[in-house]
Amino acid sequence: MLLREVDYARPATVEEAISLLAKYEGARPLAGGQTIVNVMKARVAAPDVLVDLADLDELRTIGFSSDGLLEIGAMVTYTQLMGSSEVEVARPILAEVASTIADVQVRNRGTVGGNVCVSDPTNHLPPLLTTLGATFTIQGGSGERTVSAEEFFIGVYVTAVGEGELLTKIGVPPSSGSGDGFAGVTIGKHGTYIVNAAATISGDGARIALGCVGATPVRATAMEERLAGSDFSEESIRSAADGLGASLDPPSDVHGSSDFRRHLAEVSAVRAVSQAAERRTGA
Amino acid sequence: MMDAPARSRAISLEVNGEQIEMEVQARRLLVHFIRDDLGLTGTHVGCDTGNCGACTIHLDGEPVKSCMALAVQADGAKIRTVEGLAAEGELTPLQQAFNTHHALQCGYCTPGMLMSATALLERTPHPTEEEVRYALQGNLCRCTGYVNIVEAVIAVGGSA
Ligand SMILES: Cc1cc2nc3c(=O)[nH]c(=O)nc-3n(C[C@H](O)[C@H](O)[C@H](O)COP(=O)(O)OP(=O)(O)OC[C@H]3O[C@@H](n4cnc5c(N)ncnc54)[C@H](O)[C@@H]3O)c2cc1C
Ligand code: FES
Ligand code: FES
Repeated sequence: MLLREVDYARPATVEEAISLLAKYEGARPLAGGQTIVNVMKARVAAPDVLVDLADLDELRTIGFSSDGLLEIGAMVTYTQLMGSSEVEVARPILAEVASTIADVQVRNRGTVGGNVCVSDPTNHLPPLLTTLGATFTIQGGSGERTVSAEEFFIGVYVTAVGEGELLTKIGVPPSSGSGDGFAGVTIGKHGTYIVNAAATISGDGARIALGCVGATPVRATAMEERLAGSDFSEESIRSAADGLGASLDPPSDVHGSSDFRRHLAEVSAVRAVSQAAERRTGA
Repeated sequence: MMDAPARSRAISLEVNGEQIEMEVQARRLLVHFIRDDLGLTGTHVGCDTGNCGACTIHLDGEPVKSCMALAVQADGAKIRTVEGLAAEGELTPLQQAFNTHHALQCGYCTPGMLMSATALLERTPHPTEEEVRYALQGNLCRCTGYVNIVEAVIAVGGSA
C-alpha cells in the first residue's frame, strides 16, 4: 500500500529523539512498526514525521536497578524478552506471555514500549504489567518522571506519554515467592484476546486486572477483597469471582457481546488466579 | 550532527549477499522496495495487514513481515528473500522437501513459508511438529491445510 508522504529521522541518542519529537508538529516515535505502519496504511493516523528509535541502544537493554527492580528498555522486543535470563530469574511470566503474542515475525519486531504506548485494550501487556505493579519511566525535554500503571494507561491509544516525550523503560518488581497467572480467550490460537485476565498472588493478597473489558486495564478490586485470607482452593476462587461480570461494562462487537465478555471475565479471572496460586513458592 | 527529518533517504543494505545503495521515499514499504525497486517478486503481498506472512523475509537473520516495515528502516541491514535460498541454482533441502511432500498448491504462501521454516531450521535443526507449527503460526495457507507443509519441514530435520 502506498502510504501518505511522511518525513523520517533516525536519531542516535534519546536526547536527540526527544528534541525532534518536540520540534516537529505531528512527529511520532517509530518502534517496531507492528501497529503504526498498519495504522498509517488505514490512514487512521497520519504522522508527519516518524522518529525511528531503532538506533537508541540504551532502550534495548534488560537489567536490574540498584534496588533490584527488573528494568526493561522500551525498545526490547518480545523475542528478546523470551530469551532473557534476567526475565527468567525475576519474572518469567513476562516471557511466557510474550511468547503468545501473535507470531514469530511480529515478536521479532514488536516492542514492549510499543505494546503499552498504543494502549490497545486487547493487547497482552497492559493488564499483566498492571498486576505486576510495574512502573513506567517517561523522559521529556524537562527531565524524567516515573508513573504507575494506573497513571500510565489513560484511554484507548492514550497514555501518560505526552507530546515531545518518550517512554524509556519499564520497571517490574522481581517475584520473590509470589505467583503470577495469565489466562483468557483468544480468536484462534495465539490470536487477539476477546477477554483476558492477569493475576498475582503475594503475601499482600491477590491483584487481578482484566483486559478487553474497558478502555484500559480494569482492576477486579472487589474480587481481590473477597480473596483476602483465602486458601485459594478452586471453590473459594470461583465464589470470589461471582459478581465480577456484573460489575463490568464491557463493549460488544463481532467477537462477543457485552454479556459474553462479562461471562468470560469471570472464567478468565478464575483461571488466572488458580494458575497464580499454583505457582506461589514463598507466599 | 542531528539527523534531520526527510521525505527520502539514501539507504545502503545487503540483499541476498549483494550490496545495494538507493534513494528511497520514507513512505515506501520494504515489501514494495524489494518487489518493485529491486525486481525480486518472489516476496508476495497477501493481506497487506500483517496477518498472512506471504511477505516474510529475513532481516538480519530474523523472519519479519516486510509489509510492516519501511524500506528506510532496513538501512544498514542484511536482507534475505526467497530468491536468496537457491542462490546457486540448486534447491535447498527444504525447497526440495516442499516439492516431494506436495507442500504447495497455488504457491502464493510458499515464499513466506520457506523463509519462516528456513529461520526455524537454522536455529532448531531437528524441530518437533509442535515447534514447526509454532514457527509457522504467522504464515497462512488457504490451499493445503498445512499438513504437508509441516511434514516437509519435519522431514528436512529428520525427526518424527
Ligand atoms: C497480525 C498482528 C497481530 C497482533 N496481535 C497482538 C495481540 O494479540 N496482542 C498484543 O499485545 N499485540 C498484538 N499485536 C501488536 C503488536 O504487539 C505490536 O508490536 C504492538 O502493539 C506495538 O509495538 P511496536 O513496537 O510495533 O510499536 P509501533 O507500531 O512502532 O508503535 C506503536 C505506537 O506507540 C508509539 N510508541 C512506540 N514506542 C514508544 C516509546 N518508547 N515512547 C513513546 N511512544 C512510543 C508510537 O508512536 C506508535 O503510536 C499484533 C500485531 C499484528 C501485526
Ligand atoms: S502481506 Fe505482509 S503479512 Fe500479509
Ligand atoms: S499453497 Fe495456496 S496459499 Fe498456500
